[in-house]
Amino acid sequence: MTFRPLAVVSALVLALAATPAAAKTFRYAFQGDLNALDPYTLNESFTLGALGNVMEGLTKRDKDLKIIPALAERWEVIDPLKWRFYLRKGVKFQGGEDFTADDVIFSLDRMRSPGSQIKTRAPADMKAVKVDDYTVDFVLTSPNPILHAEWDTWYMFSKKWAEANGATQAQAAQASSLNPFALKANGTGPFMIVSHEPGVKTVFKVNPNWWGKPEHNLTDVIFQTIKSDATRVAALLSGDIDMMDPVPVQDIERVKSNPNVTVLTGAELRTIFLNLDSMRDELLYSNVKGKNPFKDARVRKAVYQAIDMEAIHSKVMRGMSTNSALLISPLLYARAGEFKRWPYDIAAAKKLMGEAGYPNGFEVTLDCPNDRYVNDEGICQAVAQMLSRIDIKVKLNAMPKAKFFQKAGPTDKYDSSFNLLGWTPGSFDSWNVIANIIGCRDADGKGGTFNFGGYCNQKIEELGRNILVETDTTKRDAMIAEAFKINHEEAGVLPLHQQALAWGVSKKVEIVQRADNQILFYWVKMQ
Amino acid sequence: MLAFAIRRLLEAAIVMLTVALLAFVLFRFVGDPVNQMVGQDTSLEDRMRLREELGLNDAVIVQFARFVAGAASFDFGISYQMKQPVTAIIAERAPATIELALVAALFAVSLGIPMGVYTGIHRDSWLSRVFLAVSLIGISLPTFLIGIFLIYVFAVKLGVLPSFGRGEVVRFGFWRTGLLTASGLKALILPAITLGLFQMTLVTRLVRAEMLEVLRTDYIKFARARGLSKRAINFGHALKNTLVPVITVIGLQLGAVIAFAIITETVFQWPGMGLMFIQAVQNADIPVMAAYLMLVAFLFVLINFLVDLLYVRVDPRIRIYGRGA
Amino acid sequence: MQDAPEQFETPPASLPRTAQQPPARLTPAAAEPSRLRRFLDSDLLHSFLRSKLVVLAAILTTLLVGAAFLAPVIAPHNPYDLKSLSLLDSNLPPMWEQGGEPGYPLGTDDQGRDILSTILYGTRASILIGLASVLLAIAIGLSAGLCAGYAGGRIDALIMRIADVQLTFPAILTALLIDGVAIAIFKTYDLDAAKFGILVVAIGLSFWVQYARTVRGVTLVERNKEYVQAARLIGISPFKIMFQHILPNVLSPVLVIATINLALAIITEATLSFLGVGLPATEPSLGTMIQIGNRYLFSGSWWMVAFPGLTLAVLALAVNLLGDWLRDALNPKLR
Repeated sequence: MTFRPLAVVSALVLALAATPAAAKTFRYAFQGDLNALDPYTLNESFTLGALGNVMEGLTKRDKDLKIIPALAERWEVIDPLKWRFYLRKGVKFQGGEDFTADDVIFSLDRMRSPGSQIKTRAPADMKAVKVDDYTVDFVLTSPNPILHAEWDTWYMFSKKWAEANGATQAQAAQASSLNPFALKANGTGPFMIVSHEPGVKTVFKVNPNWWGKPEHNLTDVIFQTIKSDATRVAALLSGDIDMMDPVPVQDIERVKSNPNVTVLTGAELRTIFLNLDSMRDELLYSNVKGKNPFKDARVRKAVYQAIDMEAIHSKVMRGMSTNSALLISPLLYARAGEFKRWPYDIAAAKKLMGEAGYPNGFEVTLDCPNDRYVNDEGICQAVAQMLSRIDIKVKLNAMPKAKFFQKAGPTDKYDSSFNLLGWTPGSFDSWNVIANIIGCRDADGKGGTFNFGGYCNQKIEELGRNILVETDTTKRDAMIAEAFKINHEEAGVLPLHQQALAWGVSKKVEIVQRADNQILFYWVKMQ
Repeated sequence: MLAFAIRRLLEAAIVMLTVALLAFVLFRFVGDPVNQMVGQDTSLEDRMRLREELGLNDAVIVQFARFVAGAASFDFGISYQMKQPVTAIIAERAPATIELALVAALFAVSLGIPMGVYTGIHRDSWLSRVFLAVSLIGISLPTFLIGIFLIYVFAVKLGVLPSFGRGEVVRFGFWRTGLLTASGLKALILPAITLGLFQMTLVTRLVRAEMLEVLRTDYIKFARARGLSKRAINFGHALKNTLVPVITVIGLQLGAVIAFAIITETVFQWPGMGLMFIQAVQNADIPVMAAYLMLVAFLFVLINFLVDLLYVRVDPRIRIYGRGA
Repeated sequence: MQDAPEQFETPPASLPRTAQQPPARLTPAAAEPSRLRRFLDSDLLHSFLRSKLVVLAAILTTLLVGAAFLAPVIAPHNPYDLKSLSLLDSNLPPMWEQGGEPGYPLGTDDQGRDILSTILYGTRASILIGLASVLLAIAIGLSAGLCAGYAGGRIDALIMRIADVQLTFPAILTALLIDGVAIAIFKTYDLDAAKFGILVVAIGLSFWVQYARTVRGVTLVERNKEYVQAARLIGISPFKIMFQHILPNVLSPVLVIATINLALAIITEATLSFLGVGLPATEPSLGTMIQIGNRYLFSGSWWMVAFPGLTLAVLALAVNLLGDWLRDALNPKLR
């Protein structure tokens, strides 16, 4: 199958001449919950996507993920340390308040309040200066080429409303009182919230006073959580809902065979990869004592080359994945095409194992989440099967995500020798991957916290520091390529694939599927 | 009697304290809640601070004490995931589960007892064999499979019943009922059958087993000898004598169903406590799990108290309260 | 109520006679001397052979159990040997369907395991875990229930409140707790060997209360009956009264619950595997197979769930039939 960065599918040529007054209710379901309505308390793409229909940031991303103006009409980089944003005039919050520069400054403070989970949206030392009611300057201490990369999901709050409702701070984890924003929302967006039962059902209706020109024809939207895969499929097939996400990969053919529904597929930004403990001196959960085979780049490369990604692609993922040589989606890095996976080659892998002194292999335990990524446990089982061919005996330890992240992550001091993880860079930028996934860390997790294998190369560290402040795109991309090349040569962290999006959509519905998997119904048209 | 009730209440408090203590030992093994609460970009320092703030680094006994102090004033904290007070969430979710459990129990009892009586009396008739074989389906196929199968037939193929959810609900104070709307009642059918099937099998087989025994006891034979009608014997005398184990099991099952209708609720996306609980386990949402276990402990103490009272009504020879024999 | 006088031992004509009803006996039931002798009495064999259904159930059970335990010998493949698997053979239909291969008579699963072989291996694990955990539950539940019901008072209250605590924790939480404690105690434990024990204890612990409460209920009735009081008066030890005189009266509900719980235990094990405390995913049990197969139901790969599901259903059916018969045959009141 071929992926496009974006899939706009018109299931039918729609006759949009229908009277605008006719009520059109769009009912959709997702496997996860919509919990608190305060967008600062959970940095998770589904929640931010749902709230993105109600609230807006200074910028926004279009159907191709390009940054476009939203509550800011335009902006300019006055000098590398000063960005000026010109706000849209005449915008009102759903509560009736005017949107002004004070709200921007308030939202910045609120975004930095202790309970906020989106503090990384802006550098900690950035200052906001009000120039006039509709102009704000952001003053930096060091240049930052991607300052506004994540501002599309830094939604603006009304200062007046938040103060009146006692919601000036993002809710702290240990708060004894409830933040009003857990159940209410007041944004500037095209929809507003009518009712919200966390984890059950949320009802939206159109905001008649929205400043923009609607690209949808809806009057109401109902969101419901459906956790069970089979039930979600059944609900779509029976017409109880108009759209759902995700379709389990094995059910895609079945869903497509139904005349009333179709499946929208597209590349997702998340990359799945394997971490090998290359930090400890003795491998845990293994029969190798006194040394760590994964410290040897030859063993890591043998593991890499023993994994038949084509088989995983066609059998486990049913074609719904793109095998990857990189730890970042090719959609997010211009020079991704230059990288090729090491070929699947059992003979070469065996030879490498022999050279490294393990001709008879060894035992190791693979820790694997079983409710986090698409067919995560299936991938791990396949990896175990494939590594047995180079005599690495893999014991599989599959578990729910809460346990997995505790065991394999910093909480239990990376108590794992081999594990599977996935990552989407929040800023859509390679630096995020280089710092978090292949950046060195100490035993407690300081540094590359999500580098679960502890792979470390000082050259990558140095490149990372330079990439962060380099503003010239070509030079920056060259340094990124160098860092990725080192990881590739040393097989530090082993990339597997990018999983794919699969939305089940009624043929009555025309919807935009964006690669970041946000469900934005302000682009939905219904028959 | 009053003394008995007061004693049971005290015992309940001890049971709940024990449950809470065990629960806090347990929570160390369910996983790390912090990763589910923060975004992936949250710094290690912030994660560690959050752990500290939540008191996850404290000794079990300290966490336990803090919880008991809060629980004494019905403050169970705020859900890590849902960011709402736990008491509010439970109040919201409980009606859905209770309605489902009662309807399922009604289904199980109203079918299970007649089937049990029939198969007990007509031990070798072909209808009895059919009943028993059918009832075995309820236990030999896992609940999730039965649920999906029912959804597939009645929602996807026939399109007569909804595939998930509770339908429309009507609000009375905090209690939202689905029993008063057509869509609510329709939505109740499949989950209630799915949930009740297992209990129905259990009730059928228990009643049958007890009937077989009772029908052969001499007092039934006396009754026959006295020329009482078959009907009076079967239902008036025999059935009543089967009730002690049946009541025990129904009581326990009702408790279990209210507490842990996890699979049925997940399959049908039924917005009840079972669904809430399994999500809390998966996300290591400690306040929800803790408060919920308290509620369940109370529920079981209550149900078992009522069951003990029922014993006495059914069989006056039983002496439970007062001194042991 | 007095024990049965002799003249009523032959039931009136209106009472339906059963095929396996043994000839009338003259001894009063509760005063029956040796339970063991009764066990071996030829009546048992007699009643057994007279019911075709029971014979069939016994044959089926023997076949299933035998096949499961001979799995390494008779299974065409070893599904637990990762080296012998190939992902490229995954998701094949049964051999009689289009695309099926004779090497995999019942098709393959999502990892390329032969369904037939996996059922054989998986059934062995499931039966062992199911039986062991149900036996553990009965052992605990029966003793606790008898003691509570017979002794009454403080002991009753204590046992029953422990039961309430246990009821509060569903199997999944009990399993997490035991798993966690086991890891903490045996730091360097051998995962695979310990997993079995953890599963049995976890499932057994979450099932015992049902037996305990049921047994207690019946014991409460029986202990006030004249024959128990008489036994006590003549100085028979409480232990003997409980296990010789009261126990037979509770066997009936206990057997019903036990035979039903066997299937439930097998399914519970699969749920625990999902939580990371069960058997490893690379060594699926019968329950795990059904759980995996369930995911492929809509995709048309019906064989992944149908065959293991059928196996479990047949096993449950056969065990229940045997349980019914055993209960009838052992129960003195039904004679």
